[in-house]
Amino acid sequence: MDSCNCIEPQWPPDDLLMKYQYISDFFIALAYFSIPLELIYFVKKSAVFPYRWVLVQFGAFIVLCGATHLINLWTFTMHTRTVAMVMTTAKVFTAVVSCATALMLVHIIPDLLSVKTRELFLKNKAAELDREMGLIRTQEETGRHVRMLTHEIRSTLDRHTILKTTLVELGRTLALEECALWMPTRTGLELQLSYTLRQQNPVGYTVPIHLPVINQVFSSSHAVKISPKCPVARIRPAGKYMPGEVVAVRVPLLHLSNFQINDWPELSTKQYALMVLMLPSDSARQWHVHELELVEVVADQVAVALSHAAILEESMRARDLLMEQNVALDLARREAETAIRARNDFLAVMNHEMRTPMHAIIALSSLLQETELTPEQRLMVETILKSSNLLSTLINDVLDLSRLEDGSLQLDLGTFNLFAVFREVLNLIKPIASVKKLHVSLNLAPDLPEYAIGDEKRLMQTILNVVGNAVKFSKEGSISITAFVAKSELLRDSRTPEFFPVPSDNHFYLRVQVKDSGVGISPQDIPKLFTKFAQTQSTATRNSGGSGLGLAICKRFVNLMEGHIWIESEGLGKGCTAIFMVKLGIPERSNEPKLPFMPKVPTNHGPTAFPGLKVLVMDENGVSRMVTKGLLVHLGCDVTMVSSSEECLRVVSHEHKVVFMDVCVPGMDGYEVAIRINEKFTKRHERPVIVALTGNTDKVTKENCMRVGMDGIILKPVSLDKMRSVLSDLLEHRVLFEAI
Amino acid sequence: MDLVQLQRQFVDYRTSLYHEGFLDEQFTQLQELQDENNPDFVVEVVSLFFEDSERLLNELARALEQQSIDYKRIDAHVHQLKGSSSSIGAQRVQKVCIAFRNYCEEQNVEGCLKCLQQVRHEYSLVKTKLESLFQLEQQILTAGGSIPM
Repeated sequence: MDSCNCIEPQWPPDDLLMKYQYISDFFIALAYFSIPLELIYFVKKSAVFPYRWVLVQFGAFIVLCGATHLINLWTFTMHTRTVAMVMTTAKVFTAVVSCATALMLVHIIPDLLSVKTRELFLKNKAAELDREMGLIRTQEETGRHVRMLTHEIRSTLDRHTILKTTLVELGRTLALEECALWMPTRTGLELQLSYTLRQQNPVGYTVPIHLPVINQVFSSSHAVKISPKCPVARIRPAGKYMPGEVVAVRVPLLHLSNFQINDWPELSTKQYALMVLMLPSDSARQWHVHELELVEVVADQVAVALSHAAILEESMRARDLLMEQNVALDLARREAETAIRARNDFLAVMNHEMRTPMHAIIALSSLLQETELTPEQRLMVETILKSSNLLSTLINDVLDLSRLEDGSLQLDLGTFNLFAVFREVLNLIKPIASVKKLHVSLNLAPDLPEYAIGDEKRLMQTILNVVGNAVKFSKEGSISITAFVAKSELLRDSRTPEFFPVPSDNHFYLRVQVKDSGVGISPQDIPKLFTKFAQTQSTATRNSGGSGLGLAICKRFVNLMEGHIWIESEGLGKGCTAIFMVKLGIPERSNEPKLPFMPKVPTNHGPTAFPGLKVLVMDENGVSRMVTKGLLVHLGCDVTMVSSSEECLRVVSHEHKVVFMDVCVPGMDGYEVAIRINEKFTKRHERPVIVALTGNTDKVTKENCMRVGMDGIILKPVSLDKMRSVLSDLLEHRVLFEAI
Repeated sequence: MDLVQLQRQFVDYRTSLYHEGFLDEQFTQLQELQDENNPDFVVEVVSLFFEDSERLLNELARALEQQSIDYKRIDAHVHQLKGSSSSIGAQRVQKVCIAFRNYCEEQNVEGCLKCLQQVRHEYSLVKTKLESLFQLEQQILTAGGSIPM
């Protein structure tokens, strides 16, 4: 038996130790074989294991180890050389692989470790993200709450609803025990409890505004935790153990003036309200930051909503005020219109009432003029006529008062004889004055120009009015009228500081003073004198009549003439002086010879003043036609005569410079002819001057003549001088309106 | 009668005519219009007046004899007469014409007839006077004198 290559183990196989080794090897082998199986199984299960080939290596190593241990089992008993060979091979292989693996692991393990770190890192990150998610969610919650609150608040423009809703929603969102709003009182020195959540009718607790805790809250724009014991927080019944935490926040009360254009509302407003929020007691809840933020945001929103409500209230109030004012204005306007209508009616009625007797006076006086009168009577009748004409003009002016006040009245400027105006006034006033036994004197300064340019009619009216007043209000004594050219030193009168006349080359200022010795005027009545319809109430004047318009009209005329009128009086019973200054033009030298107011020497058989002037005379009455022709021929005119309107229209041409037509013949319409002539000659310089010859110059005839476009009226019978002056006037001015 | 006396008589006569109201200023005007170019102006005008007035008076008489009186026509004629008489200065005729017109307006037949009579009367008076005046004038002119103004 020596040829067996068996290897004998060291120890006898029945040794206990050998038995234990045998068993351990068996189990090791088992384990070694199962581990790769497990590995394979789990690796197969997991998808992302990056080190497969490491596993393979490891697996190989373990399998070989297992094989080694397995083969070791056979070496416990006697075993052949083959087994020993296999065993050795296995061991060698195992050694190689395990060394390789060991070497490999040196590289792998740090990697594996870093995987672990990364995993940790990721886990941390995930935890952080979770936290942040939580935060965001909370914020979103808050935002949602705020939006909801805001929506609730903004859905109403009523202040009370806004505040109540705020409190309710805040209470609900934050699960508050109590929520209160303290508003500043009117004086601004105290805070008054205005709204609470739980208590229905807050009794008016007030708290002085300058408490340190309140100041602290007001000076910060954040919600501030305050002690539950401070006065503003002590509004609920005492809790059992511990009152919950209290937070207070300021609510700015914005005014309209805070919202400047382009500026955010400046928080320089001093007015704040205080909102106090209390967590439920005994809940151990704490104010979280996000809750505080919520409160702050809400407070701002409330501020804005309140200011909107305030603005709305303001604008509603303004609108109501405007409506009231509108109504009042409307009423005032209607009253004014009624007043104007009443005034116009009054003027119209008065005008009519005055015209009717005026018409009678004028008509009858003119008729009277045509009867047989002594020269004195004739003079009287003429004066009556002139006065009534003046009065009739005055009546027109009363109706024109509105035109005067509009400023649309214009002066009729013309050259006139200033001296004649004064003489005329004197003549008109003398009869009345002599009846009252008043002495009237007229003093014209030597340097007063005889002729002036201005509105003769209105100047005379003014002088007449002033003198008439003087006469009216004097029972005895004398009236003196002085007229002179106002020198520049005298122009600036200290009594009329607002009147600054400026003399110039073409103008002079006529100053007229009318002094009377009558009843005088008390100083306080003087300003009222020039107002329309106002009369002084002294008994002496009560029965003097008059419409009270005279001085008002005079003032307006004087103003139109760029002048000034005023009255001075030293008091009742001391008489008064009426003074006025008006601006008149100085006529140019060359005008003077052509003026028709020649000295009254009749120049018979004067040189033919109008040589070759072609004139057309239309008159049905043969005799008067012949007389008119004779007049004109005597003056050198070339006269054509026609006796009917058809003939007139046929004959008239642009060569005729003047057409005289008789318009007082009933049945023959002189007016119609005038209209036709006007139509025929459209160019003004071709048209002949049309003059009406008539027996009556009443207003109707005059108006008719003016209406049809006639240039003048002459009253028959016509004297030679009158015809001469009429023609010269006509040819110079192309207009004459009325030669009596 | 010698020239001076004639002239004086003329002047007196003329003055009396004015004084008695037969003539007025208008007649003076007419006289002023008479000059070398127009030597017979006054006579011409007065003759025309006579012709016209006679015609008118006849018309008036006829019109007033009608059964239904056309007052408008009468008024027109009187107006003419008034115009003529005032043109030459026959003052009294003119005055009666005015009254005549009033009666016409009132359509008062008796008044009109009365006025017509009056007018006729005045007219014949003034005609006679004027004719005498002209005769005196003529005499002066033939005597070689000039008419005093």
